[in-house]
Amino acid sequence: MANAPTALLLNDIHKSYGDLAVLKGVSLTAYDGDVISILGSSGSGKSTLLRCINLLEHPSQGDITVGNEKLQLKPGKDGNLMAVNRKQLEKMRSRIGFVFQNFNLWPHKTILENIIEAPVQVLKQPKAEAIARAEQLLEKVGLADKRNAYPDNLSGGQKQRVAIARTLAMDPQVLLFDEPTSALDPELVNEVLAVMKELAEEGRTMLIVTHEMRFAKDVSSQVVFLHEGQIEEIGPPDQVFNNPKSTRVQAFMASHR
Amino acid sequence: MTWEWSVIWQYLPRLMEGAWLTLELVLISGLIGIALAIPLSLMRASSQFWLKALPFTYIYFFRGTPLLVQIFLVYYGASQFEFVRESILWPILKQPYWCAIIAFSLNTAAYSAELFRSAIQAIPVGEIEAAEAMGMSKPVQVRRIILPRAFGIALPAYGNEVILMLKGSALASTITLLDLTGMARTIIARTYTPLEMFLAAGLVYLAISALIIGLFRFMEYRFNRYQYYHHTDTPKGLDAQLRDPHIDQ
Repeated sequence: MANAPTALLLNDIHKSYGDLAVLKGVSLTAYDGDVISILGSSGSGKSTLLRCINLLEHPSQGDITVGNEKLQLKPGKDGNLMAVNRKQLEKMRSRIGFVFQNFNLWPHKTILENIIEAPVQVLKQPKAEAIARAEQLLEKVGLADKRNAYPDNLSGGQKQRVAIARTLAMDPQVLLFDEPTSALDPELVNEVLAVMKELAEEGRTMLIVTHEMRFAKDVSSQVVFLHEGQIEEIGPPDQVFNNPKSTRVQAFMASHR
Repeated sequence: MTWEWSVIWQYLPRLMEGAWLTLELVLISGLIGIALAIPLSLMRASSQFWLKALPFTYIYFFRGTPLLVQIFLVYYGASQFEFVRESILWPILKQPYWCAIIAFSLNTAAYSAELFRSAIQAIPVGEIEAAEAMGMSKPVQVRRIILPRAFGIALPAYGNEVILMLKGSALASTITLLDLTGMARTIIARTYTPLEMFLAAGLVYLAISALIIGLFRFMEYRFNRYQYYHHTDTPKGLDAQLRDPHIDQ
């Protein structure tokens, strides 16, 4: 998709916790419509990288650009970068959707309230409009009849589908998925992957940290393999899965067959 | 001994006047207490040292000293200062009623602030992260997520605090107020029926406690509805129809 405009640009992202360097210079470009899967073993920095993109985690170094807007960063007291302007950070975050491993729905709000909360409070959408959109999205993820239920009434898979709908309600330019199926029973994984596959087919730009190899192979336009905080290999799924150049990736793939 | 039941009936209206004053003291100082506790707890939950230090000192003092001492400090202590007697607040500060309310409010604010602080810190981090990731500003997070969530968590413990405050309010009788306890003592001084009157007063306290417990049950049911809510699917066929394509991919 190299002809498409750039959706997300990460340049030389570093992140350390004290002496422990988790990310050691990761650069990545996502063009509009790209679906990039990020693979790697535990501790390779996959989730940290994803969380650095919207500053849930503060990188120690690097640049982040969404669309053509660069996030203004300055060094904070602890040596990590922080947003120069909280308003700009909020605006950029509203354009980056984030789906968590543990859903992180607000338990005291109904499903519908969860979905309309940010569109109404952050994007200042009129409530009626937000509700109409939320109903569409609930239909899309197959949970229209749960609009008045609370998160605790739902299964893990249903919660994650609601979380995806909540993210879509913001109409984000880029969607980040942080191991969206890792907290689910094996039986419930497919219903979430099906929704994600639908989004990929719609041409949404997505970055997915996952352990679902078959899914990654299926939907990705690019696959990134992270190893010890650096990109070990990057390429189309066919290359990374079937003919990896790096011996580390070869070993990983061999153990995941 | 002989029981003088008729005395209770005879003085019941007076006793009820006392009960009313007790309720008034608890209600007014409870409301002022909450209003003070919310900003205090937010400051206390902050990570900045100087923001934490003030509420910490305040809470430390009011939890560490007896309520009776606090009442005496306000009632007898404040009037020792000439600038207090000459201030425009003196018409308020010279009344035992307002002194009791000031002492109770400050006291319950300290306990409530600590309750709210622990409730704020008990909110799972992920729920706040979700709000952050959506681009919510801090004030919106506080108003829409943090306070409503903390309120639900703190509610059972806060009900307990109100019951404790109700019982603590008996100390208002030490500064001449005719609350339930003060009234009972006044009646006893006149009729010498300590057993009957204290028993009657005790029963009225019990009834008020029951009322407060009931009120908090109701509020918990109302505000923590998600814990009690059982969802039943609307049309079964519709549900299956909507879900199928996602499960059988």
